[in-house]
Amino acid sequence: MSQAQTNKTRKTRSVFARLASGIRRPASIHDFHGGIHPPEMKHLSNGTPIVPGPLPQQLVLPLNMHIGAPAKPLVAPGDKVLKGQMIAEPIGAVSAAIHAPTSGTVSAIGPRPIQHPSGMDAVCIVIDTDGEDQWVEHQGIADYTEKSPAELVDLIRHAGIAGMGGAGFPTSIKVNLGDHQRVEQLLINAVECEPYITADDRLMRERAEQIVTGIHILQYLLNPRRTLIGIEDNKPEAISAIKRACKGCDIEVRVVPTKYPSGGEKQLIQLLTGKEVASGQLPAQVGVVCQNVGTAYAIKRAVCDGEPLVSRVTTLTGDGVSQPGNYEVLLGTPVRDLLAHGNLAGLDIGRLVMGGPMMGFTLHNPGVPVVKTTNCIIAASPEELPEPPPEQPCIRCGSCAEVCPANLLPQQLYWHAKNDDLEKAQHHNLMDCIECGACAYVCPSHIPLVQYYRYAKGEVRQQAADQVKADKARQRFEARQARIEQEQAEKEARRQARLEANRKKKEAGPAAASTVDVAALKQASLDASKAYKAAVKAAKAAEAEGADNLAELKAEVDRLKAVADKAKAAVRDAKDGAPVAAAPAEDAVAKLKKQVGDASSAYKAAVKAAKAAEAEGADNVAELKAQADTLKANADALKAELREAKTNAPAAAAPVAQADPVAELKKQVGDASSAYKAAVKAARQADEDGADNAADLRAEADRLKAVADQLKADLRDAKANAPASPAPTSPSTATAEEQPDPVAALKKQVGDASLAYKAAVKAAKQADEDGADNAADLHSEVARLKAIADQLKAELRDAKAAAPPTPKAAPAATATTDSPAVSEEQAPQSLSEVDPEQAAKRQKRLKGLKTAYNMAHKQYKEAHAAYERAERNETANADELQAMQVKIDKLKAKADNARDALDALVEEAKADIRAHTGKDLKTLKLEAARAESALADKQQELEQQRSSASEDTLEALSSELQALESETQIARKALKQAVEEQGLAE
Amino acid sequence: MSLITSTSPHATVKNNTGAFMRQVIYATLPGLAVLTWQFGWGSVINVLWAVIVALVSEALFLKARGRNIAFYLKDYSAVVTAVLLGLALPPTAPWWLTLIGVSFAIIVAKQLYGGLGMNPFNPAMVGYVLLLISFPVAMTQWLSPGEPLSFVQSWQLFTGQLPVDGLSGATPLDTFRTAHSAGAVSESELASHGILHGQFAGLGWEWVNLAFLLGGLYLISRKIITWHIPLGFLAGLGLPALLAWLIDPVRFADPLFQLFSGGAMLGAFFIATDPVSAATSRMGRLIYALLIGLLIWVIRSFGGYPDAVAFSVLLLNLSAPFIDYYTQPRTYGHKSSNRGVS
Ligand code: SF4
Ligand code: SF4
Repeated sequence: MSQAQTNKTRKTRSVFARLASGIRRPASIHDFHGGIHPPEMKHLSNGTPIVPGPLPQQLVLPLNMHIGAPAKPLVAPGDKVLKGQMIAEPIGAVSAAIHAPTSGTVSAIGPRPIQHPSGMDAVCIVIDTDGEDQWVEHQGIADYTEKSPAELVDLIRHAGIAGMGGAGFPTSIKVNLGDHQRVEQLLINAVECEPYITADDRLMRERAEQIVTGIHILQYLLNPRRTLIGIEDNKPEAISAIKRACKGCDIEVRVVPTKYPSGGEKQLIQLLTGKEVASGQLPAQVGVVCQNVGTAYAIKRAVCDGEPLVSRVTTLTGDGVSQPGNYEVLLGTPVRDLLAHGNLAGLDIGRLVMGGPMMGFTLHNPGVPVVKTTNCIIAASPEELPEPPPEQPCIRCGSCAEVCPANLLPQQLYWHAKNDDLEKAQHHNLMDCIECGACAYVCPSHIPLVQYYRYAKGEVRQQAADQVKADKARQRFEARQARIEQEQAEKEARRQARLEANRKKKEAGPAAASTVDVAALKQASLDASKAYKAAVKAAKAAEAEGADNLAELKAEVDRLKAVADKAKAAVRDAKDGAPVAAAPAEDAVAKLKKQVGDASSAYKAAVKAAKAAEAEGADNVAELKAQADTLKANADALKAELREAKTNAPAAAAPVAQADPVAELKKQVGDASSAYKAAVKAARQADEDGADNAADLRAEADRLKAVADQLKADLRDAKANAPASPAPTSPSTATAEEQPDPVAALKKQVGDASLAYKAAVKAAKQADEDGADNAADLHSEVARLKAIADQLKAELRDAKAAAPPTPKAAPAATATTDSPAVSEEQAPQSLSEVDPEQAAKRQKRLKGLKTAYNMAHKQYKEAHAAYERAERNETANADELQAMQVKIDKLKAKADNARDALDALVEEAKADIRAHTGKDLKTLKLEAARAESALADKQQELEQQRSSASEDTLEALSSELQALESETQIARKALKQAVEEQGLAE
Repeated sequence: MSLITSTSPHATVKNNTGAFMRQVIYATLPGLAVLTWQFGWGSVINVLWAVIVALVSEALFLKARGRNIAFYLKDYSAVVTAVLLGLALPPTAPWWLTLIGVSFAIIVAKQLYGGLGMNPFNPAMVGYVLLLISFPVAMTQWLSPGEPLSFVQSWQLFTGQLPVDGLSGATPLDTFRTAHSAGAVSESELASHGILHGQFAGLGWEWVNLAFLLGGLYLISRKIITWHIPLGFLAGLGLPALLAWLIDPVRFADPLFQLFSGGAMLGAFFIATDPVSAATSRMGRLIYALLIGLLIWVIRSFGGYPDAVAFSVLLLNLSAPFIDYYTQPRTYGHKSSNRGVS
C-alpha cells in the first residue's frame, strides 16, 4: 500500500473513530491499537480504606530507588535519625534524595537484596527503628506561588520525589523543562490499568483535594495550556471524587474505557491527545508531560506540608493474603513484614509479584524492601497464578498482533529473536516494544514472548555499545595520528625559529637579543594560530558529519586557541617588554581578562552541549552538566582573580605583590591537598562499592595530587624568591633573577606532568582491564596529559636553549628526525593476496555457527534448569524426567557439534593467515606485543635521559621513538587486518 | 516458601492452541452434516478414517523424532488437517486414497518440515494436490446431489466392494465447464442442465457452501479467525466473477454460483485461514486472500481444472513470506511502515 493510501485509510479510520466516539464516548477520547481485557481483580482490594502499614523493626532503603545516579549517603552507621531527615542526598542532575521513613538508628550501609530482575544486591541504608516515629522539624509552604518555580523544583528534588507510577524517574527533571519548551498538555495518569492494583483508586477516593492541590503546583511549574486527568471507567467513585475536587478549576477529567495498557505513558498520550510520541523521543517533544496521581499527591505533601517522600500507598492483594487492601507503607519496609501485617494466615503462596501481573517482577526473596515505585504486591496462590504451561509452537495465529498497543507484529519479532536475527528483528521495530506483555497474555501457545524481546533488546544494545566502542577507538587513532603530525610540524617550526634566533643572535650580538626573540616569537605565534585555524576547520567538518568525537575536537581547538593566545601574548609581552618592560601588572590583567573570556565561553559551550545531549536523551548528561559546573567555577574563579588583579594593578607596589602570592599559594596548596584527600577517600569508597568509576576517581586523585605537589613546589619557589628579590621593579635584576628560575620551574612542571601522564596511563590500563565504560575517556585524558607533558618538555627545551646564550644548541640538531617515515604498506601488503570472497564466506559461516552455538547452548542450559526444577519440585514423573534428560543430552550434543564446527573453522582461518602472511596468528600477536614493549622501553629511556642528556641525544632518542612507534603501528595493523579478514575478531 | 520466578506477564489466557484447533473442528460440523444429507455417509467415513490415519502417522513420526507424543497430539493440529482433507475428498473415496493423502500431508508436508508452525504449505492441500495429480479419476468422482447413499453403500464404496462407475455424477462446476468446452454458447443450452439451477446457485452444493459459511461466521465470532482472509478470498473470487458475468453472462458463471460452488466457502473460512502458512499481518492477509480468490476465478474460468482452491492456496503459501515483508503495519511512533527484507 502506498503512503498516500495509508494516509487515506488512516484518515478514513479517524473519521470513523470520530463518528463512533460521538456515539459511545465522551468527546475527544482517541483510541489506540490493540489492548486486552484481563480479569480486573480489583474488587479484592478496593473495598476498604487505606490503612497505615506496619512499623517494622528494620527498614532497608536502597540508594537507587529512582532512575539515575544513586543518592549519596549523608549518615554513617550508628547515627540517630529522625523521621523525615534526609539520609542521602541527590548527586548529579538525575537523582533524588532519600529520607528516613521513621526515627531510629542507622545500623548499616551496605549491599542488601532488592527487587531487581537479575536478583542482584544493591547498596542500602538500613535503619533500626525505635518505634517512636518522631518527626524531624519540618514546615510546609503556605502559599507556594510566593516561591519561584526554580525553588520549588529544588524542593521537589530534595523531597526525594520520583515517578510513583512505576518507572521512578526523578520528578524534578520532568517538571523543569526550561523556557524553550512549551507544555501543551499536562496529563495526570490515574488510569491504573493493570489488574489487581487499586492504590491510586483509593488515593483518589480518599484524598482527592490534596491530589488536586498537587496538580495545581504542577500547573504552576509547567504552565500548561490544558491539564487533563485520565481515569479508567471502572473507578466510578474515584471519578466522582476527583470531579468534585476539580470543580471550578481548569482541570479536565477524562474517562477512558477500561483496557490494558491505557495507563502506558504513550498510550495515555494517544488516548487523551491523539498525538503519537515519535519513536525514540520523549513526550516533552510533542509538548506533553505525564505525571502520576500518586506523584501529584507526593508533591502536595512535600510542598504544602513539608513532608518528604517517606511512605507510599501500596496495594497488598492476591489470594495469599487474608486481608487484602491498601496500606500506607513506609519506604524500605521489607515485603515479608508487609505480608505478615496483611495477616498471612499461613496461606500458601506460589508467586510473589511486585507491581502488576502484566509488567511486574516476581520476587525471589520476600526480604526485599518496598520502594518508591512499588504500587502493588501480589501474593498469589499456586492456583491463582500457576506456573506457566509449557510453551507450544507458534501457529502464527496473529492474536498477538491484534492486541499489540505498539502495532508491532509480535509473532515476527518472536521468530527473529528466536533465530537471533537481530537485524530483521530491528527491521520489525523491536525497540519500539514497550514490554507490556499483552501479546504473551493472549498467546494460545503460551510463549513467553516478552522474555524473547528482552533478550533480543539486550543483544541489540550490546551490539550498539560495541559498535560505539570500535568507532571511538578508530577515531582516537586517527586523532592521535593527526596530533602527531601536527606536533611534528610545530616542533619543526620551533626548531627553525630557534636556529634563526641563534644565528641572528650571533650576528647581531647580545644587544639585539630582544628583537630577535620577537621575530622568533612572531613566527611561533603564526604557527600556533595556523594550527588553531586548521583545528577549527576540522571541528566544523566533524560537526557537520555529526562525528562522535566532537567534544574531543573542541577541546583540542580550545587548547590550540590557548596556545595561540599565549604565543600572541608572548609576542606582545616581548614587544612591550623590549623597549620599556613597564606594565607587567596591566599585562597580567589583560591576560586574565582574556582567560576569563575564554573560560566563560567554554562554560557556555559546555552548557549548550549538555542541553543538546539532554534533548537527545544521552546518557552522559550528568557528566556534561558536572563539567559545565566545573567550567563555571573556573570562570568564576578567574573573574575573581581578575577583579583582584585589577585592584592590585594600579597600586602595583612591589612588596604587596610579593607577599601576596606566597599567602595565596599557601592557601591553594591547602585547598589542593584537601581536595586530593577527598578524592582519595571517594576513590576508596567507590572501590568498596565496586563502582564503575573507581578507576576514574583514582585517576582524578592522582591528578589532584600532582596539582597539589606542583603547588607545593611553587610555594617553595616563591618562598625562596621572596626574600631574595627585594626590588622586582628593576627590570634588569628581575630578568637576571628570573632567568634560572623558569627553567627550574619548568623542569618541575615537566616532572609533574609526566607523573600525571603515567598515572593516567596506569588508570586507563586498569580501566581497560576492568572493561570499564570510561576507558575511552581515560584514554583521551591520557592523550591530553601526554600532549601537555610534551608541550612542557618542548618549552623546557626552549627555555634551556634561550636562557644562557648556549652555543651548542643550534648546530647540534642533526638530520635524525627525518627517519620515521617508515613505509606503512610493508606489512599489510602480504595480506592482500587472501581471497576476499572466500574470507567473506567464511566470515558468514563463522557468524552463523556462532549463533547456532549460542542458541544451542542457551537451549541446553534452559533445558537443564527446567530439569533441575522439575526434579527438585518433583512435578514430573520418572518418564518425563527421562525424556527431559534425553532432550538435554541431545541439546548438549548439538551445542558441542556447533562448537566443534566453529573451532574447525577458526583453525582453518588461522591456517589461511599462516599461508598468506608466512606467519601464524600467534607470531603476529607476538610481534605486535614485542613492538609495543620496545616502544614503551624507549619511551622510558627518553624520559630518564630528558633531564640529563644533551639535546642531541634527546633528539636522536625521540626520532628512534618515532620509528618504533610507527613500527608498532604496522605490527598492530597487520595483526588487526589478519584477524579481521579472517573474521576472527574476538 | 518456594516461589515461582518468571518474567512478566504473570497471567495468561486460559485457552491454548488445542482449544483453538478444536473450535475449528466444531465449526466444520454443519458442513459435514449437509454433505451427509446431500451425498450420504461417505464424507463422515472419510473424515473419521482420515483422523485415525493422521493421529497414527503423527504419533509414529513423533516417536521417530523422539518427541513427547501426548503433548504434541494434544495440539489437535493433525486432527484439523485430517478433517479438512476428509471433507475435501469426494464421498466415493476408497480407503487407500485417504490413507495416502493424509499420511503424506502429515508426514511430508508437516513433520518433515519440523512440525507444527514450521510448515510453509497447508498440509491438507498438499495431500489433496498429490491425490489430484496421481489419481485424477478417483478424485473427481462425486455423486449427484440430493440422492444420498445409504450407509451400507457408502461403506462398500469405501472398502472398494462397490464399483463407483454406476453411481458417480458431475458437480455443478464440472457441468458448467464441460458444457462450455462442448461449445455451449446459449442460455437455453445452459438451462437444460438442471444441476446448475438450485435455489440460488448450483443444486445441492449451495447448501453445502452455506453450511460452511455458517461455520466460518462462528469462527469469526469466537475470534478464532479474523474477517480479513474470508472477506479477501470471497471478494477476490466474487468481484471478477461479477464483472465478467455482467459483460458475458453466458460464457461466465454468475458470482453467486461461483461463491456457492465447489470448495469456495470451505476454502475461504477453513483452508486459506490456516494461520501457519498464511501471511501474517492484517493487510498481508487481505492481499493474500484476494489473490487466492482471484486465482481461483481465473483457473475456474480459463484453466484445465473445474475447481482450484488447493492450487491457489499452495501458490499463495509460497508467496506469503514475500507478502509479509511488504505489509508490516505502521508501528506506533513511526511515520510509515518498514518495507522490504531488512
Ligand atoms: S499469539 Fe502466540 S501463537 Fe499466535 S502468532 Fe502470536 S506468538 Fe504465535
Ligand atoms: S510486549 Fe511488545 S510486542 Fe508484546 S504487545 Fe506489548 S508492545 Fe507489543
